Amino acid sequence: MPSYTAESREEGRARLPIGARTDNWWTAPLSFAIVFGLFVVYVTYRMFENAHYEVHASGLLSPLYSPLLPFKFEVNLPLLGQKMISPAIYILIVPMSFRMSCYYYRKAYYRALFQDPLACGVAEPMAKSRMRYTGERALPFVALNFHRYAFYAAAIFIFILGYDVLLAFRIEDASGVPHFGIGVGTLIFIVNWVLLTGYTFGCHSWRHLIGGGTDCYSCTAISRTRYGLWQKFSLLNSKHAQWAWLSMISVGIADLYVNLVSRGTIPDLHILF
Amino acid sequence: MREEITLNVYRGNSESGDEKSYPVKTFPGMVVLDAIHQIQASQDSTLACRWNCKAAKCGSCSAEINGKPRLMCKSRIEDFYGEDGKITVHPLKTFPLIKDLVCDVSWNYKKAEQIPPLTISPETPRPLRMQQIDVERVQEFRKCIECFLCQDVCHVLRDHNRKDSYFGPRFMVKIAALEMHPLDTLDRRKQLKNEGGIGFCNITKCCEELCPEHIHITDNAIIPLKERVVDDYFDPIGGLIRKVLGAKPRP
Ligand code: SF4
Ligand code: SF4
Ligand code: FES
Ligand code: FES
Repeated sequence: MPSYTAESREEGRARLPIGARTDNWWTAPLSFAIVFGLFVVYVTYRMFENAHYEVHASGLLSPLYSPLLPFKFEVNLPLLGQKMISPAIYILIVPMSFRMSCYYYRKAYYRALFQDPLACGVAEPMAKSRMRYTGERALPFVALNFHRYAFYAAAIFIFILGYDVLLAFRIEDASGVPHFGIGVGTLIFIVNWVLLTGYTFGCHSWRHLIGGGTDCYSCTAISRTRYGLWQKFSLLNSKHAQWAWLSMISVGIADLYVNLVSRGTIPDLHILF
Repeated sequence: MREEITLNVYRGNSESGDEKSYPVKTFPGMVVLDAIHQIQASQDSTLACRWNCKAAKCGSCSAEINGKPRLMCKSRIEDFYGEDGKITVHPLKTFPLIKDLVCDVSWNYKKAEQIPPLTISPETPRPLRMQQIDVERVQEFRKCIECFLCQDVCHVLRDHNRKDSYFGPRFMVKIAALEMHPLDTLDRRKQLKNEGGIGFCNITKCCEELCPEHIHITDNAIIPLKERVVDDYFDPIGGLIRKVLGAKPRP
């Protein structure tokens, strides 16, 4: 018998366990926890590594370290001495706050990590201590209401990463002379950029700002234009979860590729024109 | 398809009760409501359930089949019985139980009363006309059949019992239909943020997953409403820009 019943939530409800599902409801939260966990472990390691993020000869710069900043900060750590703070730490504030406040990720981590709820119709653990649930009305989760600001910052990054894609066409030959070329890295960067753009502009906040906030679409020429745009971005938005997964994986792959080429583990195959 | 299945149905009231097993003869196209009717007709006429249309349109026959909130008249038995040929049918667990599969869902009607109806300015020229592009978005919300399956599955009401603070997804859909209506003159954001309790929803989408009318409750109603609340309460820069541009204050 599970820890609590419907009746223990409120007098008069059926004396039955809250959760009685017999199917494999745990596969979705578990797969999110595994893939997301792996991504977080890898990114954290890379974030602190502060090396192997650039292959100058192939025009490749890891999306975790882009843009290259013209300044650096150093700290004096107790055991390690004078250390430079990896720029990825402050660069990643933007994509991380964007993803962590994204409506799709919120759904996924509330389910898989906070078990609030783990799956639909499945009893939540620690029922008693959770009776004073406040959702997104109190700290910390009320801060997620500022998602649109994270969107603005993330949209700027789309332009920065777009510039990185252009640079990935600048490949040097054996004697160090730059040429226009296409390599495996260039293709990975293009796919990554397309997926990130689809994810970013499928954002619910953007969908609201571009036209969702309007009540009367037929009223003016501007509102009719906004209606058209709202429809198009709604189409992108309807697959937002898929864009979120694919773009997260593609960022990981793009960084891993730069990482491996930079270490000399794999060569960057390319053709020069 | 099996010729016979076993239905484990909850029998009892809020004081006491238990699951009871009934053998049921199947036929092609059988739904869970058919099985319940067969039990009533041939085994136990005291088994209580609500139903009206048997066409997934009246929203009366809501129950929990194998632990999932579903309309009994829309649930084909072959989608639910497993190797052992068993299907469990429980009443909704978020509302007080009257008898067997019949719940008291009147809390929902009290919430409905708290929502002011469509309010059109007397100055708006009559007859009222609406353009198709304005109709489309709110039409989705009007498909609701008030089955209250979304209210039943919403963990805010089900697990946390915050009926004191959150109207629930069905009423977010209702408010969305009014808030996005081009002729409605009321500002509904204050109600949403305060007594409506939209902040309690953590957009985990269980309501949307099982709505029998396939209303995109979270994506098209709740999240857009949350964004409208953000406009007024969590976006100081946007508010300033609107002021500078001289945007008309909302009704
Ligand atoms: S929104 Fe869907 S699930 Fe909720 S009451 Fe209406 S029809 Fe039922
Ligand atoms: S998305 Fe919100 S309203 Fe829908 S079930 Fe989840 S918490 Fe409840
Ligand atoms: S909702 Fe996912 S990025 Fe904004
Ligand atoms: S009997 Fe009307 S919805 Fe099932």
